[in-house]
Amino acid sequence: MKRIRYGRIAAIVTAGALALTACGNDPASDSGNNNGGGGETAAESDLTGTLAGSGATSQESAQNAWIAKFGEANPDVDLSYDPVGSGGGRKAFLEGGVQFAGSDAALTEEERATAKEKCGADAYDLPLYISPIAVVYNLKDVKNLQLAPATIAKIFDGKIATWNDPAIAADNPGVTLPTGAITPINRSDESGTTKNFTDYLSKTAPADWTYKPDGNWPRQGTQSANGTSGVIQAVQAAEGTIAYADHSQAGSLGVAKIKVGDAYVEPTAEGAAKVVEESPKVEGLPEHDLAIDLKRDTTTAGAYPLLLVSYIVVCSKYSDAEKGKLVKAYVSYIASEDGQKVAAEEAGSAPISDALRSDVDAAVKAIS
Amino acid sequence: MTTTDEPKVQKSPPARPRPPQRPGDRVFAASAKYAGVLILVVLAAVAAFLLIEGWPAVATSTDTLTKSINWLEGHSLIGYVGPLVFGTILAALIALVIATPIAIGVALFISHYAPRRIASGLGYIIDLLAAIPSVVYGLWGALWLMPKVHPFFEWMSTYFGWIPLFEGPAANPPRTILTAGIVLAVMILPIITAVSREIFLQTPTLHEEAALALGATRWEMIRMSVLPFARSGIISATMLGLGRALGETMAVAMVLSPGLMYSIFILQAGQQQNIAANIALKFPEASGKGVNVLIFTGLVLFVITLLVNMFARWIVSRRAEFSGAN
Repeated sequence: MKRIRYGRIAAIVTAGALALTACGNDPASDSGNNNGGGGETAAESDLTGTLAGSGATSQESAQNAWIAKFGEANPDVDLSYDPVGSGGGRKAFLEGGVQFAGSDAALTEEERATAKEKCGADAYDLPLYISPIAVVYNLKDVKNLQLAPATIAKIFDGKIATWNDPAIAADNPGVTLPTGAITPINRSDESGTTKNFTDYLSKTAPADWTYKPDGNWPRQGTQSANGTSGVIQAVQAAEGTIAYADHSQAGSLGVAKIKVGDAYVEPTAEGAAKVVEESPKVEGLPEHDLAIDLKRDTTTAGAYPLLLVSYIVVCSKYSDAEKGKLVKAYVSYIASEDGQKVAAEEAGSAPISDALRSDVDAAVKAIS
Repeated sequence: MTTTDEPKVQKSPPARPRPPQRPGDRVFAASAKYAGVLILVVLAAVAAFLLIEGWPAVATSTDTLTKSINWLEGHSLIGYVGPLVFGTILAALIALVIATPIAIGVALFISHYAPRRIASGLGYIIDLLAAIPSVVYGLWGALWLMPKVHPFFEWMSTYFGWIPLFEGPAANPPRTILTAGIVLAVMILPIITAVSREIFLQTPTLHEEAALALGATRWEMIRMSVLPFARSGIISATMLGLGRALGETMAVAMVLSPGLMYSIFILQAGQQQNIAANIALKFPEASGKGVNVLIFTGLVLFVITLLVNMFARWIVSRRAEFSGAN
């Protein structure tokens, strides 16, 4: 009898405790409390409303960091970013489902026309996320692999079958290369990283890479994996593999230096930013549309032309003035030094140069 | 389920007065009937959804489809679905060929060879295998199984590479349909074992003892009285396992390097793809006609599974009088 009574009491206490834990603080109010406690850093912000964006998965970690930091400074704004992919993001933006899109490619001619109708004015592509793409490999004994664009093209086209091929040996004088087979791995899903990688190869090694730049890998019968994390994990799973992936995810894998001009350059944020500075804007666009035609065949010292530029696509006019204000504030934050620093720390991107920042700020000013 | 056949219905004697019914009888009969109807309604709803959403893919011309979907890579709808069906069936077949002998062996061990205590414990552990989520199987396959299995695949391609099936070079990492088939085999093993075990336990003791009395050894007894008795039950068990292997998504998605070819090179990567894994990987970023195409592939898978199950039922019904399903 006593056991049953104690059992009943214990059950009620447990149920009550579990029910009361549901009354805990949710994260939003928690950070709000912390902010209030920390006092002097948070400026009083009168921005309110919801701001939704969607698009490229490459920007996902950067967007999460930006949303967190922007949300701290503007606690009444409800921000969200849905990483459905560049295509999906642009589509949602053109249909009016989201106020801005993240896209690895600038809007096409057709999309620009649709956007002009939808927004009532031009849409702007603002390049705010610059990320170097690394050529990662898994070889126990080779620490510093150097590769020319033509060699990379031949490897990923299946023309080079073993690591001690003369082409690779020519790029690595004095290094003993293993005799095993080389296994290139690509992305199985449609990806901006693939598009930029194939674009780089078609511009720097057109004789060896004859496929058009495409988000879907152009060859059949190759090893592939889903997403950047899938590719990294596949490279780690076996020796002799080589792949291309976002530099911030390379982890402990070996990263190859690629040939730019006469020197071999490793992926760095500064190298990527250098290329963006040198690259001209795409011809024939409205004044504040900053879509870039990347100069992949640059020979500047220290430049790293294998990179991904991801855009934030916005309307220049919003029918809802509140939304327009929110977009302006958010994009200004992203373009600011703080915002770029946050992205560099959290997502490994390259901060934009000051020249590009002033162009973006001018474009943001023109948003209404 | 294909293993439980209804017992033979006795013709009731004519002109019997209806037995007295209490409210409880009526409620129970009605709820049982509506439960049955509900299942049929759900099945019909799923089939209707697949047909309605998949139909636009069939109705659209190939040109329009390839223009709006770039992962279609210029294939027509049939040209896209065909290799997927081939890959699905190939993966399921590999799993079946690996799992069935092992499952029957385990089931025989549990029913006829093991001491009572070990038998029940072993049965319980096998059933636990069925409870492991398929994502966990995918992780296990990708992270643990692949490095272990690569030396074996290399050995196979070196010595048996003259058979087109095992033509090398063996992929490294082995993200091939054979690895996916092995993971699938581990997943369908508990299903086939559990059902076969039940069938073996139902062998008429008289038949077994008769064989033993005639001087048969244990194995001969099993061969003479248990296996013939259980034959259609084993077939229905393997069809159950085949059904699961056909529809398996996450394990294949995490282990396989996909390709879109009618390829029997099971040691090479990037050759085949499974319908379910393809839908899981492509759906999050698909839109418009792409969604219709993916749902159409789902419809094809639905039809294949339906056919497999109908075939299994037919086989069981052929030997209904002499099967353990009685």
